[in-house]
Amino acid sequence: MLTYEDFPAGKSIDLGHYTVSAQDIIEFAEEFDPQDFHLDANSKQAAGVGGLIASGWHTCSILMRMMCDSFLLETASQGSPGLDEIRWLHPVRPGDVLMGTSEVLNSRLSRSKPTLGLVHLTHTLKNQDDTVVMTVSGINMISTRDGVVS
Amino acid sequence: MSGMAFYERLQTDMRLELGSHTFHEDEVIRFARKFDPQPFHLDAERARNSLFGGLCASGWHTASVWMKHNMVHAPKEWRRVTGYEGEEPELGPSPGIRNLRWPAPVFVGDTITFSSTLTGKRINQRRAGWALLTVYSCGHNQDGTQVLAMDGAVTLRLD
Repeated sequence: MLTYEDFPAGKSIDLGHYTVSAQDIIEFAEEFDPQDFHLDANSKQAAGVGGLIASGWHTCSILMRMMCDSFLLETASQGSPGLDEIRWLHPVRPGDVLMGTSEVLNSRLSRSKPTLGLVHLTHTLKNQDDTVVMTVSGINMISTRDGVVS
Repeated sequence: MSGMAFYERLQTDMRLELGSHTFHEDEVIRFARKFDPQPFHLDAERARNSLFGGLCASGWHTASVWMKHNMVHAPKEWRRVTGYEGEEPELGPSPGIRNLRWPAPVFVGDTITFSSTLTGKRINQRRAGWALLTVYSCGHNQDGTQVLAMDGAVTLRLD
């Protein structure tokens, strides 16, 4: 189990890769973000953005899954109070293979709960053409070694 | 010029009511299995022993449900608050979000009520024919506790 102590400033974590299908994009959009450029490749809206594109919230959710699979599920993760910024820089399209890194900017212990660490991470997702599609920075709460034992 | 006619009616502090959603256990678990399979989003027993103290929705699930409510309710709410009755204004993709906060968990069974407030508007100098609107959005549970807050941006076609 990884704990707060395993996330020093400067640490970089490979997020592996995730392939996005047209069906994934449409299913997410139908449930959460029913705009034509997320639903229908032949729509006028999609034509304006070069074809079907994924909801930005879908891309965020994919980042979450990549974080879970690459490190969070083996980390004493205690959730997140929030994020400073999400930037949707480039569309995510059907067939894109997303990859990227999570990097520790800085970390500190919670003032009210000293067995809880606040790890400030910045996440970068790129597509197969090495184009950055999204950056996210925010806090992950991770228990210290003592917090896990007690 | 329908976009411009709409734009001119926009005033900061206009508030959109985006409706409510009750988070049921099956949808919380379904979202978590797909995107955020941490124990406190998947397993009631393990969630009880986590910092959260009970099974709760992924923050991304909460934000995505806000988006759904925004899509369903915002168009008629913009008309209500502005009195604009013309052609549907065309909104483009958002460049991003700032200050996204999940100040309290969304537990299974919670009913979250969403709203958005216009915080700013300006003509986009870098993209002719478009304006940028900034919007503060939030969600509160049935006890009035805030569970979601964020500063978002929307692009609006003017011509």
